[in-house]
Amino acid sequence: MNHFLTIEGLTADDLNGLLDDADEFVEVLHRPIPKVPALRGKTVATMFFEPSTRTKMSFEKAAKALSADTMSFSPGPSSLSKGESLKDTVLTVKAMGTDAMVVRHKATGAPWRIAEWIEQPVLNGGDGAHQHPTQALLDALTIRQHFGTLEGLNIGIVGDIRHSRVARSDIQAFSTLGADVTMVAPRTLLPVDTEGFAAVASENLDEVLGDFDVVYVLRVQAERGGASVFPSLSEYTDRYGITKERFARFKDEAIVLHPGPMNRGVEIEGAVADDPRALILDQVFNGVAVRMAVLFRLLGGESNE
Amino acid sequence: MSDLILVGGIVLTARGLEETDLRIRDGLIVEIGPGLEGGATIDCSGAWVGPGLVDLHAHFREPGQEWKEDIESGSRTAAAGGYTAVFAMPNTDPATDSGHVARFVANRGAEVGLVEVRPVGAITKRRAGKELAHLDELWAVGVRVFSDDGDVVADAGLLRQAMDYLAARGGVISQHAVDVGLSSGGFMHEGSVSSLLGMQGIPSAADDVILVRDLRLVEMTGARYHVQHLSTATGVRLIAAAKAKGLPVTAEVTPHHLAFDHTAVETTDPAFKMMPPLRSEEDRDALRRGLEDGTVDIVGTDHAPHAAHEKEVPWEHAPNGVLGLEWAAAVVNTFTDLDQAAFYDRLSAAPARIGQIDGQGMLPAEGGPANLAVFNPAVEWTPSATVSKSENSPYFDLPLRGRVTATIYRGRVTARDGVPAD
Repeated sequence: MNHFLTIEGLTADDLNGLLDDADEFVEVLHRPIPKVPALRGKTVATMFFEPSTRTKMSFEKAAKALSADTMSFSPGPSSLSKGESLKDTVLTVKAMGTDAMVVRHKATGAPWRIAEWIEQPVLNGGDGAHQHPTQALLDALTIRQHFGTLEGLNIGIVGDIRHSRVARSDIQAFSTLGADVTMVAPRTLLPVDTEGFAAVASENLDEVLGDFDVVYVLRVQAERGGASVFPSLSEYTDRYGITKERFARFKDEAIVLHPGPMNRGVEIEGAVADDPRALILDQVFNGVAVRMAVLFRLLGGESNE
Repeated sequence: MSDLILVGGIVLTARGLEETDLRIRDGLIVEIGPGLEGGATIDCSGAWVGPGLVDLHAHFREPGQEWKEDIESGSRTAAAGGYTAVFAMPNTDPATDSGHVARFVANRGAEVGLVEVRPVGAITKRRAGKELAHLDELWAVGVRVFSDDGDVVADAGLLRQAMDYLAARGGVISQHAVDVGLSSGGFMHEGSVSSLLGMQGIPSAADDVILVRDLRLVEMTGARYHVQHLSTATGVRLIAAAKAKGLPVTAEVTPHHLAFDHTAVETTDPAFKMMPPLRSEEDRDALRRGLEDGTVDIVGTDHAPHAAHEKEVPWEHAPNGVLGLEWAAAVVNTFTDLDQAAFYDRLSAAPARIGQIDGQGMLPAEGGPANLAVFNPAVEWTPSATVSKSENSPYFDLPLRGRVTATIYRGRVTARDGVPAD
């Protein structure tokens, strides 16, 4: 593995191997001193060209827990606003000395371009509505911890699948690990063409919600003002919101996941988000462990001069 | 200057195919027959000899964007690809919307002297789609093809005015048929690949709805209408139906829409980004068949140079357009089943006829102009470099069959084996 860009193409063994490593890092993170020297002397640069809180902090925490140094780039008043190209920005950071770059960019494929420009490993921290592979790993880890396996589980992903990189990576990871995935959304939020998706589609949440072992709630991207694809937020909540009433009709053992940040009262009611069967903060914790696993896989094999 | 003799090629004449020699003197073909001697020779054995290629659709970027291409570098690139005439699109800066800009483009082309450069005139002022350009001036300096290429003429009323004006004179409207609303915010073909990439798509209907509208206006005005870079199977059917009705319409396909489909975009390499976008396999196959059966009249390269720094960016940020002049002939030969006569028809005779350009696209004949392209259909090669100022080629590393081995413009060799003459 030279880079970690996408879930596509990874086998169940690949994914389970990474999750097994992540399990070990979960153990590390529970120690009194939650830190190992595995990547001492290495530097990880987080290059978030699109604002992010949790993913950026999670990668930084993961790098530090492996004893790597971190440096970070964020947009706003940066060289980009002075007209510097993405390529020059990346080469500049590389010249300072970095062993890996974590990239988030709103343009599809940006991490792939960067991987053409530098020889160091590139980790995709989310590109466009395309891929967010470490999110898929942390989601799979959370489900695997709870059920022991994804094999045979029914997982419903509810919400704006069309514009969601989380959904694209999750569907690939969950289906590869043996789960049956259903995409639940109004037509305007489903992919235009679902041919390549290892999932079935439904527009009626109430019809299917009793089947799911896992209900994965996507964030309503209300900030996508221009692409207003449903007439009002309240209509969305009426038809697709995970309300207490709908939660009561889930299977007894079903769990609820959400990638954050949540819009309480829109896609998920507060009481559901705070229920013990909502494992949203476990996801956040597991995010650190899976990112440690990926960083270790990419950087840990080399000799530590 | 001594005579130039093309030896042993398969020559496409009005009598059919003949394996013979051709003597060129003072810009003319003076003798066709076997065993010619007494002059410099070019060995054409195994190669096709026919009229120099004519491109009805290229971007030479001059005036205004000379860092991408200019008329000299564009002419050299065209010569390398077998072209002896190129129509330069008017999306220059300033736009070619008046007589003096058109005259500049034509004169600069003549100064360079490697191909005949014919300006395409803008339909609207500054290509802004608000009011008609100086069609009178453009006509007076010899412009016969009119287009706002890069942009559609969105206002049907304005297009109707242009059609009425040009119908009376016999000029041609060349439309970039893409609906603004349906394509807005889109970056690639809307379909299975865009869905997986999570990118907003441009549906095939974006092209089709403009074509339907325009064909109705052709019916109304009787104007000659040429649809650029046809990209959809529905478009091919619409053109076939319009021709069956007897409407004066012609259609063009680009080499890249023959060679690729939207699966090429899976890499998000901006070398494959253009408008209209690469569409489905079904569309690509319909275009190949359309070119073979003549529903699609010509290949137009839409040669669109962009500097490396403009394309070395993520997909969504990259400008639309790819190079094409150097590889169009090889791409057509590789991906379609055209025989020699059809090949020179689609790449030379038909575009010359649509563009109303004299002395081009004519089958080799004694006394005729020596504008010729020699094409060896059997050569296997893989492009790896370009003569253009820019490098945005989707064909690097793509194995191709057939290569232009010599280009002759007004009796002078302008390129050999892809290398332009100095």
